[in-house]
This record gives sequence, C-alpha cells and structure tokens, in this order.
Amino acid sequence: MAEPQLLEMRGIVKRFPGVLANDGVDFDVRAGEVHTLLGENGAGKSTLMKILYGLYAADEGEVRLEGASVEIASPTDAIAHGIGMIHQHFMLVDTLTVAENVALGLESSRGILTDLDRVSERIADLSVRYGLHIDPEAVIWQLAVGQRQRVEIIKALYRDARLLILDEPTAVLTPQEVDQLFVTLRQMTSDGRGLIFISHKLHEVLALSDRITVLRHGRVTGNVAVEDATRQGLAEMMVGRQVQMVPDKPTVVTTEPVLKIEKLTVMGDRGDEAVRGLDLEVRAGEILGIAGVSGNGQRELAQSIAGLRGVESGTVQIDGADVTNLRPAEVRAQGLAYVPEERMHTGAIAGFSVTENLLLIDHGDKRFVSRGLLDFGAIRKHCQGLVDEYDVKTPGLDTPSQTLSGGNIQKMILARELSGTPKVLIAAQPTRGVDIGASEYIHRRLIEQRSESTGVLMVSEDLDEVFALSDRIAVIYEGQIIGIVDAATATREAVGLMMAGVEPEAIGE
Amino acid sequence: MTEGTRAARLRKRLGAGPRLAGYLVPVFAVVAALIIGAIILLRLDANPIEAFGEMLSGAFGSSDALISTALKATPLLFVGVGITIAFRANVINIGGEGQMVAGGLLATTTALVLPDLPAIVMLPAVLIAGIVGGAIWGAIPGALKAYYGVNEILSTIMLNVVAVQLMNFLLRGALIDPAEIERGTRIPQTERLMDSADLPMMFGSDRLHIGPLIAVLAAVAAYVLMWRTPLGFRIRAVGLSRDASRYAGIRVKRTIVLAMTLSGAMAGLAGAVLVFGSESHRMVTDGSTAGFTGSAGFNGIVAALFGGLHALWTIPASFLFGGLLVGGNAMQRAIQVPSALILALNGLVVVFVVSSDRLRRRLLSAGPDLAAERAPPDSDPAGDGAVAPEGDEP
Repeated sequence: MAEPQLLEMRGIVKRFPGVLANDGVDFDVRAGEVHTLLGENGAGKSTLMKILYGLYAADEGEVRLEGASVEIASPTDAIAHGIGMIHQHFMLVDTLTVAENVALGLESSRGILTDLDRVSERIADLSVRYGLHIDPEAVIWQLAVGQRQRVEIIKALYRDARLLILDEPTAVLTPQEVDQLFVTLRQMTSDGRGLIFISHKLHEVLALSDRITVLRHGRVTGNVAVEDATRQGLAEMMVGRQVQMVPDKPTVVTTEPVLKIEKLTVMGDRGDEAVRGLDLEVRAGEILGIAGVSGNGQRELAQSIAGLRGVESGTVQIDGADVTNLRPAEVRAQGLAYVPEERMHTGAIAGFSVTENLLLIDHGDKRFVSRGLLDFGAIRKHCQGLVDEYDVKTPGLDTPSQTLSGGNIQKMILARELSGTPKVLIAAQPTRGVDIGASEYIHRRLIEQRSESTGVLMVSEDLDEVFALSDRIAVIYEGQIIGIVDAATATREAVGLMMAGVEPEAIGE
Repeated sequence: MTEGTRAARLRKRLGAGPRLAGYLVPVFAVVAALIIGAIILLRLDANPIEAFGEMLSGAFGSSDALISTALKATPLLFVGVGITIAFRANVINIGGEGQMVAGGLLATTTALVLPDLPAIVMLPAVLIAGIVGGAIWGAIPGALKAYYGVNEILSTIMLNVVAVQLMNFLLRGALIDPAEIERGTRIPQTERLMDSADLPMMFGSDRLHIGPLIAVLAAVAAYVLMWRTPLGFRIRAVGLSRDASRYAGIRVKRTIVLAMTLSGAMAGLAGAVLVFGSESHRMVTDGSTAGFTGSAGFNGIVAALFGGLHALWTIPASFLFGGLLVGGNAMQRAIQVPSALILALNGLVVVFVVSSDRLRRRLLSAGPDLAAERAPPDSDPAGDGAVAPEGDEP
C-alpha cells in the first residue's frame, strides 16, 4: 500500500511506579485505514492512546505526524494536530444541545458573541455527509446512547480530526447500531482519515480493521493485516497461550423452574418503571442468558431478585418460596448467589483484604465464630481453600483486594458466591473488563454450576458470551422480555433486532 | 510469569523504603508542627528549645507530670476510642462534646436520685448511666442519618449545643446544690456527690484515679470489637461500602445506628469519669461545653485520627496530646507564652496529619502488597469512588 504514514509512534516507553505500561511500543497509522489496537485490560492500549492524546508524557520514544516529529503535551495540542478521541465514557454536557456541546471550547467566529447558528449549520452538513442523523438543536440527555456517540464523532469531525481514536466504541451499542457505526467509520476512512480502533471484541475487530496490532504486558506481540488474522490467532497473541474460545457444554436435562418471576415491576433510580410487568422462568440446570442493550432494566431486574431494590408489584419465587421484597440476607438463605454487575462497588469492598471479602457474607457463620470472636484459624483455612480452588492469583490472603486485577477480583467473588450450594445464580456481566484467561475460567465455572443443577441467570451485554453459554436467550427491552429463543437455533441478527425493540413475530422466523 | 513472582520482583526493586516512610509520616507531621511552633516562639522572642524543654518536662518529666498527663489523656482516649468506631463506619461523629455532657448529666442525676445505693453498686451504676446517656446522644444522630439521611456532621454539632443548654438548665435548676440556693450564690453546680461514687485511686496516689485504666481497657475492648468480632467486621464493611454491605446481607442502617451508639457510649463514659474523678466531685458548668469537657470531645477526634482510627494506637496518641496540653500549660507558666499556642500546635498537627494521609497511603500501598496487575493503564475509570446514595433498604 502506498498511503502516506499519518502517524508513527516509535519506541514508546511509559513507566508507572512498579509497572512498565508501554515497553518500546511501535505503532503507526496510514491515511485511510483502520488500525486496531487489541489487548487485554492492562496491556497498555489506553496508556499508549493517552500518550498520543497528550494526557500522559512518554518516558522514551517519539511521535511523528505526517513525517514530522511532534511534542504533544496536552489534549489541546492533540486537537491542534488533528487528533480526535472518542472516549468510552462520553464527554458531553447533558443539559446542553448538540451544537452547544460541539461549540464548547472552540473560539467563536464572532468574538465574544456566540455563533451557534453557524455551528448548527456545519453540524447539519456533517450529519448528512456521514449519515449521522443528528439534530444540532437536540439536548443531549434526550438522546439515546448510540446518538450521543455520534455527537462525539461530530465533535471530532467538526474539529477536522485527521486521526481519530475510538476507545471501545461498540461497548454500548446494539449489533445494528454497530453496523451503522462501521458504515460511518468507513465513510471517514474513505476521506483519508486514519482511525485507531480499540476493542477486545474479536469479530468486530475482524470486520472493521485493515491492520491489527496486539499488545500484551506493554509490548507489541503481533502486527497483522486483517486478511492474515483469525480469531484464534488474535486471542492467542493477546493471552500468550492456547485459548479455548467456546467452552464445551455437557448436556443437562433441565427440569423444574427454580426461579420464577411473575409480572414484576420495579422502579429505576429516576422513579421510572425500569422493569415493567416482566415474566421469566429459569430452570434448574440451564443457563438463561439475558441479552439487551445496557439500561433496559437488566440491572434493576437482578437487584430486585436479590432484594436490593424494592419490588412495586409482581412476585419472585426461588424454588417455590416467595422471596419478593425480602431482605438480601433472607433471599440468600433461600439459595440465591449473586455476582453483581458493579464488581468493585457492590461485589467486593476495595479496602478489604482478600480474606475479608471472602468472608463478607458468611462472617457470622458458626464455622467462623467461636465464643463471639472471629476464629481466624478456621477463616484462613477456609479462605486459603477458596483461593486455591478458584485460582485467585493474589500475593497473600491479607492483600487489599483493590490491588488485584479485575479477573482475580471476579474469581474471588465467584469463589465466595459459589462456596455454598446455590439453587439460583445470577451472574451480571460476569466477564466484563476481565482478561481472556479469567473469562475462560469464569465460563467454565458457570457451566459447572449448570451441571450441578443450579439455575443460572446470566445478564450480559456481550452477545458472543450470551450465545456461547446460554441454553435459552431472553431479550430484554424497555423492562420487558420481548422474546425468548433457543440459543442453539437463534441467529445474532434476530436477537439484535429484538434488542432494538422489534417483536419476534415481526422478524418472521 | 505468575503474579506471585512479579510481586516478588517488585518488592525487591522497591525495597522497604517507601513503606517505612509511610509509617513515619505521622511523626514527620508532629515534627513539622513543632517547627512551625518554634518559628512562632521565635517571633514571640522566646527560645524554642527552652520552651519545648519546659513543655517536655511539664508533661513527662516527673511522676506528678505523668499523672497530670494521664488524667488529661483519659477523656481524649475515651472519646477517641468512640471516634474510631464511628469513623470506621464512615459516620463523622463531631458530637463527642454533647455526648460527654449527656453522659455526665445522666451519671450525675443517677447519683443524686439514688444516693443510698451500696458502694459496690454505686460506682458501676453511675458509670453505666454515663454510658447510657452518651449512647442516647449518639444514637439520635445515628438514627437520623441512617433512616432520614440527615447529615451527621450537622446533627452532632447541633446536639452539642442542645446538650450544653440542657446542662446549664439542669445545673441551674433541678440539679443545683441546695446550699447554693440557701446562700443565694447560685453557682451552677451540684452538691458534692456521694463518696461511694468517687473513682478509686491507684498506686497510692491521691490524684490518679482508675479513669485512665478504664480508658485503656475500653480501648482494648474496642480493638477486639472492631477487629475480632462479626459486629466489628460489619461496622468496617458498612464504613467502606454501604452498597457492598447491603448486597452481602448486612443490615446497614442498623449497623450505622449501633456504631454511633457505641461511639456516644464511649464519650458518655468520659463524661461520667470527668464528674466522679474530678477533684470537686461535682458536676459544674461555666455556661460553655468546654467548661465541662475541656474540649476533649474535639481533641479526642484528633487523637483518633493520629492513631490511624485504630483503638490501640489511639492510646499513645491520646497520651501524646494529653502531654501536649499539660506541657503547654507548663510552658506558659515557665516562659510566659500564651498556652493558646499549644492549641494552635494541636491544630497544626491535625492539619499535617490529615493532609499527609494521602501521602502516607501512597507510600504504604507502594510497598510489597502492590500486585503487578494493578494499573493506571486500562484501569476501569468507573470502578470506584462513586458515592453511594443514602441507603434505602426495602
């Protein structure tokens, strides 16, 4: 290919206390291509991009833009050099309009007076040219997540970014929205812009990229053209060893429902009905995957089952016992285990040690208390057993949990939750932000629970995961189950359409 | 490479330096405060070395000085121990003053109402009354916070004001020494309370009562409670994360109220010890809270913070601050500088300790416990730090 080099990063080194985040990384982007940066959490992707965007200073190495060596000391510099960044968490002011958000931080063409009409005009132009369908006068909070992301893209286009960094842009989108985004991104590369795409969803990476660079532990472990890349190969470059992409699932005869939800209505944080008359059954020995775009009531559903959120109406039964609106401890006593979505905020206490987190639920159990005092001998033995059994990699039992990696924290939570014999297991986003090795492990454990006749309710925004693990897939949309399909026969497209609110009858299958 | 070996490698590279420095940060804070104190002393034309020498010998230089320091430290230690419980539950109890007054009042009232209790019952009875009085004064803001989301900093400060007015009202009215009315002097104080309620003396001294001993025992008890019992575990869990605690099935609201009750109880006990260990053996008011408490309700917070919110470390911290206060008075007498300087030094120590806390934690966490996976790179920015909404148990 003869396209000119838009960006060259050579020998980038960045050290943090105790961590070598980037260790001699080379990375380049040509005009008109999508170059994907792939790697697990902690591999150094974000660090590299933050260096490029002027948020961190590299300890060594040089950055060249269109052949010229540049010093990027701040995001302002980066923007001036035509670099744009679409953050994973949107940087928009909710109460302002699209045009106002775009104009924020820009000089007005009218000096001290605003030029919002001109801004709006250009936004409308860009919106048409790239098929973004954004009304410049819309207020941000009224927009759906996918639309907000397009506002971010407009912001970058408005500043005429030649090089755009997209940090996990698909995490919050339905499959259809992802397709639409990819069309827009293609349009942008055909204008000669260069895109850096950060993701760990392999099928998306393969669908969009021209080239792929893989990072592991701060080093480049692979650089391949998309024609030469396979999912298996990429995964192995990320992890550094053989990976089993789809776990084997033994056949389990499913029987009675162990979790029965009838006409459940639950309020969300804003006082709206987040779950609206939802019916659902999970049988013993099955994994029921809940697919859905984030914010359609998944969180509230899981919380209300676990007794963490009040039920307005309807009932929840675990193995025939009514647990509606019981206290969390009482629901647990009926056989619920719950791996919550907010790992560090709800599932574990960051300031507690591994031991203390493993003890979080059972600290009052008579196995661990003797004459009113905690029996640390018995506790350590129990916890060491769990750490070994669940392969939690920690320097010690007294290590503060906050120093563990996401995957190890999740294994620690899993160890605690599965140490009883639950009848129902709710696993919410069980592998989000978890490295591939730990994901594999967690998947195996979930399947093991299924083999032991636990009813597993798995909430996930990762469709690959939902398809790989579930026996049945229930799609949640605006607080209701819009359809339930057999995972063995369902298609991604059908599930994707349901996630966008299309009734299964309308899909015609 | 496993994480274990990586952690080991990291340990080797970092050595023990930062960790040790982390533990020494509070000491540096005191030294820094003393340096500023020295500068102020120089401006006052006093010799800082002489001044600090007087202070040191005034606080620790003789058995008499040590007794004074121990007596001064006692209420600080009681309150400080209570503070470790409340603060560990993430409830900022600024109500030590009011809780001390409430404890003192209930203990005094008990002694006045039941003067004929046998000696063996009398002392426990008044001490328990002190505990109960403080507990009630702590439980109120605890419940207001847990169930109605009332900010405990405001409510405890307000209850300090309520307590002092109640004290003035009672000591000028129902509880006043009848002799004061007869004489018409109307000093707001009780009569001399029953001998049977006097705190016994230790080591043959005529000043050193058993208050300091009770306080040390209370500190040990609080340590056991917080670090060795399921209840303490729950209090610490709630303090670190109400969401995670609720998720784990802990009764968060109840635990918050309990922590505040225990915290208040400790301060209440301080109030009772102040009354029955006082040289006049009466409860007296000068119209202000500090007139009764000597501001121990606030200084106890300083001692607890200095002790890292750990009950056992609060013991030496309280003796240090008790010594500073006693030594400050000695310094004032010896070289004629205002003892207010000591209060300022006290304040400076707090500022340095509190503001160096971040540094201390950073140094400590840079030590061997840091797992190599811990990352600024790619770490989840939404992971932590979000403030939980005021809890709503269904």
